[in-house]
Amino acid sequence: MAEITLVEAVNLALARALQDDPNVIVFGEDVGANGGVFRATEGLQARFGHERVMDTPLAETVLAGMAIGMAAQGMRPVVEMQFMGFIYSAIDQIINHAGRLRNRTRGRITVPMVMRAPFGGGIHAPEHHSESTEAMFAHMPGIRVVIPTSPARAYGLMLAAIRDPDPVIFLEPKRIYRMVKQEVIDDGEALPLDVCFQLRDGSDVTLVTWGAMVHETLQAADRLAEQGISAEVIDVATIKPLDMDTILASVAKTGRCVIVHEAARTCSVGAEIAANLAEHGLMNLFAPVMRVSGYDTIMPMFRMEYDYLPSVERILSAVHKTLEAS
Amino acid sequence: MSDDPKHGIHHVASFDIHHSQVLNEHSELVAPLPYFTHEAGALLDLYKWMVRTRTFDAKAVALQRTGKMGTYSPCLGQEAIGVAIGHAMKREDVLLPTYREQGAQLMRSVAMHEIFLYWGGDERGMSYRDQRQDFPIAVPIASQVPHACGVAYAMKLRKEPRVAVVTLGDGATSKGDFYEGLNMAGIWNLPVVFVVTNNHWAISLGRDQQTAAQTLAQKGIAAGVPGEQVDGNDVIACRARIGKAIEKARSGGGPTLIEPLTYRMSDHTTADDATRYRSKEEVEHYKSLDPILRLRRYLEANKMWSEADEAQLKADASAEVDAAVEIYLGTERQAPESMFDHLYETLPRAYHWQREEVKNAGGKDHG
Repeated sequence: MAEITLVEAVNLALARALQDDPNVIVFGEDVGANGGVFRATEGLQARFGHERVMDTPLAETVLAGMAIGMAAQGMRPVVEMQFMGFIYSAIDQIINHAGRLRNRTRGRITVPMVMRAPFGGGIHAPEHHSESTEAMFAHMPGIRVVIPTSPARAYGLMLAAIRDPDPVIFLEPKRIYRMVKQEVIDDGEALPLDVCFQLRDGSDVTLVTWGAMVHETLQAADRLAEQGISAEVIDVATIKPLDMDTILASVAKTGRCVIVHEAARTCSVGAEIAANLAEHGLMNLFAPVMRVSGYDTIMPMFRMEYDYLPSVERILSAVHKTLEAS
Repeated sequence: MSDDPKHGIHHVASFDIHHSQVLNEHSELVAPLPYFTHEAGALLDLYKWMVRTRTFDAKAVALQRTGKMGTYSPCLGQEAIGVAIGHAMKREDVLLPTYREQGAQLMRSVAMHEIFLYWGGDERGMSYRDQRQDFPIAVPIASQVPHACGVAYAMKLRKEPRVAVVTLGDGATSKGDFYEGLNMAGIWNLPVVFVVTNNHWAISLGRDQQTAAQTLAQKGIAAGVPGEQVDGNDVIACRARIGKAIEKARSGGGPTLIEPLTYRMSDHTTADDATRYRSKEEVEHYKSLDPILRLRRYLEANKMWSEADEAQLKADASAEVDAAVEIYLGTERQAPESMFDHLYETLPRAYHWQREEVKNAGGKDHG
């Protein structure tokens, strides 16, 4: 069994879904002959034909809207937004229609679509190509927001997203598209949505993260282990709806929590998690909940992007503050 | 625009926009009766549905004015277009309407009381018990156009002889969604018909301030989609041209944009006061072009309709509308926790406590 990267796992899941379900179609800008700018759809058009893997004009609003129309007719569209920076003209479609049609029609019309988009910084991309604005989507009712952080989770969560009867925004952390390889069995098995994944067991502090920051967070946990500090690491994976049960259970055990994300701080998913910990987990906390995040600035262009992104050192510093506080 | 090869300039494209009319404002035939009228009763059907629609529409306004319903967008004066669409579509086609297509919706088995419920602030007014595939009305302008392309793509991919019909207004033609959808329909030769109702007003903005283009129909041309105008107060012409476009799409001939020219006789909605921005004279002028009166005079002149028929139709329509009002006013509001019941197929665990909270709070009707 070959080891594959996260982006190859996305490709593998798409191929599996196209193979298994004639209602699945994949479309977007440059996804056909070019195989997508990150090659996530490489080879799919040759294998499944131009009618099911379509290159489209450069028009994000109609891409999102078409996916809604297709889904309303019982198809399972997977639409690619080339970068999260270009997704915003589709937001009217997501908030006013994709997340809303089931409720508007009392279940008569449903929207089982997936919108994929690479997101996040750290690959020295041009301007507008590096933001993490997942919190905007987490605020929208009626949709799911899913973020895989390993090849196996990319495969299993993508299949789950495609099979889910409701719209899913599937955000792919492009910085770790090719960072690690992992054995992925192409068995068509989906992973569960709406739950966190515990990546590492620990007893002194809970590190909660998602997206590419999982990488720095795991490194921080390694460094802490060297210092005799046992960190539990949780990959939130589905940021909407949020599985607070897992996070609360972990914090009940460790008494300390540091939330790590590269998105801007204000109104972030980290803020939501911290608020929930204050509401439901306060009596278990030995120290204030800390957040290590991107700043409330414009995501800088790439010469400064690593000054913006949380580093292992920033995570360690926050963890030590929670340890000192108690 | 003449060719002048010696200066390196060649004429490379040109276009014409045609306008169709069958029955003019004096109720005279200016063209032969089109194909569909060979079907017995077709003209009477169109007439009856227009009257039924207007009766419904007047009652909806009355319900709002008497505090029994929320804001409503009347279709007064535009009945011919909705009815033409409803008559031309097949049951298995899909309509993606905006908010003045009551005629088409009623003909496609949306119940009168459902439309009342919708404007009465109840989501069940979009559940359409007897119409499972049509979209509910689109409120954000032009956002339904991309949906129609997606619906049409699914039909085409599955090789089904079905058509998506999307309606929008003159204001919607200024939006990107409209252009993006048109462009997509052209490229993929989708079975979709765009009915762009030009009623001359987008709330307070007149058609002339909406675009410098001579017609809205020509907006299709740039996307490779043929466009044409039709007299939107001539239900016979509307039915003929829209029907032709639908059948063309059904047989693989691709999309068409049709611009019916009509006039919004009502305020934009019951919350609007059109006297603030348009003249009485203008409204009076269009009154004389009324689509229902136009067809009635023709039917009467040809001995197809009588005073007695008219009285009977109006009595029947009123009774039907009154029965719908009774259902609407007698419909208990939904339980408050139902706001969670169609959020997802299965409500995620994370929201269970919120559902319980609103359920236990009990709530009272703020309608």
